[in-house]
Amino acid sequence: MIPSPVYLDAATAAPLHPVARQALLAALDDGWADPDRLYASARRARQLLDAAREAAADTLGVRPDELSFTANGTTAAHSAVLGGLAGRRRAGTVLVHSAIEHSAVLHAAERHVAGGGAASEVPVDRLGRLDLDAWSRAVAGPGVALAALIAASHEVGTVQPVEAAAAACADAGVPLYVDAAQTVARMPVPAGWSVLTASARKWGGPPGVGLLVVRKGTRWESPWPADEREAGRVPGTVNLPAVVAAAASLRAAAADAAAEAARLAPLVDRIRARVAAEVPDVEVVGDPERRLPHLVTFSCLYVDGEALLHALDRRGFAVSSGSSCTSSTLRPSHVLEAMGVLSHGNVRVSLHRGTTEADVERFLAELPGIIADLRAQAGVVGL
Amino acid sequence: MTAPEGPVAGEPDEVLDCLGQRCPLPVIALARRLPELPVGAVLRVLADDPAAAVDIPAWCRMRGHDFLGTTGPAHHIRRAR
Ligand SMILES: Cc1ncc(COP(=O)(O)O)c(C=O)c1O
Repeated sequence: MIPSPVYLDAATAAPLHPVARQALLAALDDGWADPDRLYASARRARQLLDAAREAAADTLGVRPDELSFTANGTTAAHSAVLGGLAGRRRAGTVLVHSAIEHSAVLHAAERHVAGGGAASEVPVDRLGRLDLDAWSRAVAGPGVALAALIAASHEVGTVQPVEAAAAACADAGVPLYVDAAQTVARMPVPAGWSVLTASARKWGGPPGVGLLVVRKGTRWESPWPADEREAGRVPGTVNLPAVVAAAASLRAAAADAAAEAARLAPLVDRIRARVAAEVPDVEVVGDPERRLPHLVTFSCLYVDGEALLHALDRRGFAVSSGSSCTSSTLRPSHVLEAMGVLSHGNVRVSLHRGTTEADVERFLAELPGIIADLRAQAGVVGL
Repeated sequence: MTAPEGPVAGEPDEVLDCLGQRCPLPVIALARRLPELPVGAVLRVLADDPAAAVDIPAWCRMRGHDFLGTTGPAHHIRRAR
């Protein structure tokens, strides 16, 4: 019998929110024309785009002219980093970032360094919490153009002290970029940042829409060839139907965020406690308290991460992993590495509005046996 | 968090060659061999899988053994109990 699927990888992409689906279907009929043209169908498209921008800005508590839609969260992050550095070129060339940024931020940092810039990485502790003293020293150093901090770790769920980090940046006169992909529409937007990005597929919007917010007065310069769309921040045509769906679902998800967090956080607590109690030799990672309401990560000693993902998939469970054997580069997750926690046998479980208590119970009921079988096959029982 | 780097004074009591093996195999080999050595013995594990540099210190912490440091692909562990 094929088990019914249980999707537990919302931190990669949440299933489409019903509001997103409805808005997407309506906008496919209404939103295909170019919003910059001057005929009736274009004006209709322009209205849809303006309304989407206003709704998204209102949800995040920013001004509509501060918010641009991008092709995904990755390009939003690239734009935030490279544009923030370009705009502050006269102040210096140093990018300060945490050791646990998303690869999109790290790849933009690599590009910056390859072009002659510098990057200064700030460590985290074993729970994945930013070292605030090291951060404060780093942002106060000479020639710092921009600081980048992820709002909450997409791999281990630890929520970062964004407001304290922002205060250190403000003291040093350095703008702060916050990658809020995992917190937008789940937790309140923190204060004190100059640039913020997000990704619609994380909150149940369609894949392929990102948000780039640049606060008024921030020195930010587009790193892309000139283009007049999206206030000159993002080149090219936006995918308007997807943008409309992203904005509508952002509003809906944010309105439900507190209730969803109150429902999911105890399920995450239950996973943390039961996995630690019922699976031998497991390390549950990330901050047990200051963490995302929907995400939990653990590593199982002596278990091959890829084999574990496949075994879970055969039982119908979709999860992701930071283990090296599951990555195309065959390197362990830089986040687990920066925390100094076990990287093999790693599983990240992330819940969404469709996740039920029964789904979690089934996962918890089957997991110990799956891991015991894998350990028995590998001959590592009792080590 | 960064693992201690640098050479370890003196020669190890034994060398375990796990070059070319992918994680978790070097950690499994370590877990099999270390308890067979006397308390206080130092084992050098040669492992070039990038995950080993993360997972060997993590294993030592979970099992209460002393992780002495890493030089290139050589990881040094002392049996502590
Ligand atoms: C923290 C974080 N930043 C950026 C991204 C990139 O977003 P996207 O997948 O839309 O490119 C993701 C998701 O992969 C993420 O989790």
